[in-house]
Amino acid sequence: MPAVVIVNLGTGNLYSVYKALVHVGAGDVRISSNPSEIRNAGHLVLPGQGAIGTWMRQLGKQPELAAAVRARLDDGPVLGICLGLQALYAYSEENGGVACLGLLDGEVRHFAASRGQADAAAHRGDGRRKIPHMGWNQVQQTSGHPLWRGIDDQRRFYFVHSYYVEANNEHEVAGTCTYGNRFTAAATRDNLFATQFHPEKSQRDGLRLLQNFIHWKGVH
Amino acid sequence: MGLARRIIPCLDVDAGRVVKGVRFVDIRDAGDPVEVARGYDRQGADEITFLDITASSDRRDTIVHVVEAVAGEVFIPLTVGGGVRCLDDIHRLLDAGADKISINTSAVRNPDFIRDASGHFGNQCIVVAIDAKRAPDEGDGRRTWEVFTHGGRNPTGIDAVDWARRMEDLGAGELLVTSMDRDGTRNGFDLELVREMTSAVNLPVIASGGVGNLDHLSEGVIQGGADAVLAASIFHFGEHTVGEAKRHMAARGIEVRL
Repeated sequence: MPAVVIVNLGTGNLYSVYKALVHVGAGDVRISSNPSEIRNAGHLVLPGQGAIGTWMRQLGKQPELAAAVRARLDDGPVLGICLGLQALYAYSEENGGVACLGLLDGEVRHFAASRGQADAAAHRGDGRRKIPHMGWNQVQQTSGHPLWRGIDDQRRFYFVHSYYVEANNEHEVAGTCTYGNRFTAAATRDNLFATQFHPEKSQRDGLRLLQNFIHWKGVH
Repeated sequence: MGLARRIIPCLDVDAGRVVKGVRFVDIRDAGDPVEVARGYDRQGADEITFLDITASSDRRDTIVHVVEAVAGEVFIPLTVGGGVRCLDDIHRLLDAGADKISINTSAVRNPDFIRDASGHFGNQCIVVAIDAKRAPDEGDGRRTWEVFTHGGRNPTGIDAVDWARRMEDLGAGELLVTSMDRDGTRNGFDLELVREMTSAVNLPVIASGGVGNLDHLSEGVIQGGADAVLAASIFHFGEHTVGEAKRHMAARGIEVRL
């Protein structure tokens, strides 16, 4: 069975994702920045933490790696996590505005700058929305994607982020979450599935999603 | 429905072993951080915090191995604090699988450390721990707290609420607020302190220090406004499970992850 490859941009902890994939039965898991290994991956994981400016800069510095990731996105199952979701859109407000990969239709916005403070007041009960959005929040599944198999609707996943995806194309949304405003918690298109939450830190349901991913053959 | 309030068991770790006697059921080795963490994970803990109290500097690496071992088996967020002094310390703990790093004394010694750390690793992983003690009443009716360091031994002269705001400005992602007056007493949180802190900043606040029963946890959220509650002894001694605590809170209308 071809390897599960976790793309390493040198921007953060990949150990938890690695261990979680091993835990759910992925035999051969590699952390790699090697373009040919990425192209040949059975399943590709695009993780990310920290700031998107740094993340995109690291990708930009390694054109071959960037080309391999892009090529691979059309080719077989890919799972994006956190920044690995946000980077798939065209643009993020973070770091003064960053152009991203533009594979999905939408933009990445800051929670504070968004509308919906009134909802947030109702939601938190204290008149303010705290940033980052940190903790366990409910995900409403908006499509019957194979990665949701065995996971009930409205289960809680672990989020930690200050920016969120505002999708333009509802067909690319697989799950939503509400923190003051509704935002995209999971997105999908073709072979791509990406989550704002951290499945590797979301206990049983997160592990189930990872397990579903390594058994997912993609759409073709 | 929305974001849940979190319950966080806290474990003291000395040279790689859990101390202060964890005694809840189905644990073979109460000193093994992996076993204890796995037990809390099964009970439904939302996160686990490790406080490294290792005194000897040559054994300080043991906490990195603890984090690595736990992160390989327990798939919920892990926070680590105690003795974090430089960016490299943070780096090694994050690489080992920690999600958040809690910083106390080093922040007081050099507040810019918080700016550097959050600039480097993102504010989502930088927790500032504030050990606060009630200051004597100045007769003006205004209640204040002072920041202490070194596990509550050293006074700093810094006002705790001002400090919290400053830490937010410098890039803290979360505050862990411990009442030195209540810690270990089992008399409940210093709710005035928790309320002051949750009103002062726009960050998630974890209340800590003084939990002796399940009502105290709910009070921290309802009266204090805490986003998360941290406790040690009520869980360690097997008096209550995290699951019981959550059902207790849910019955009082608090949103929790069940």
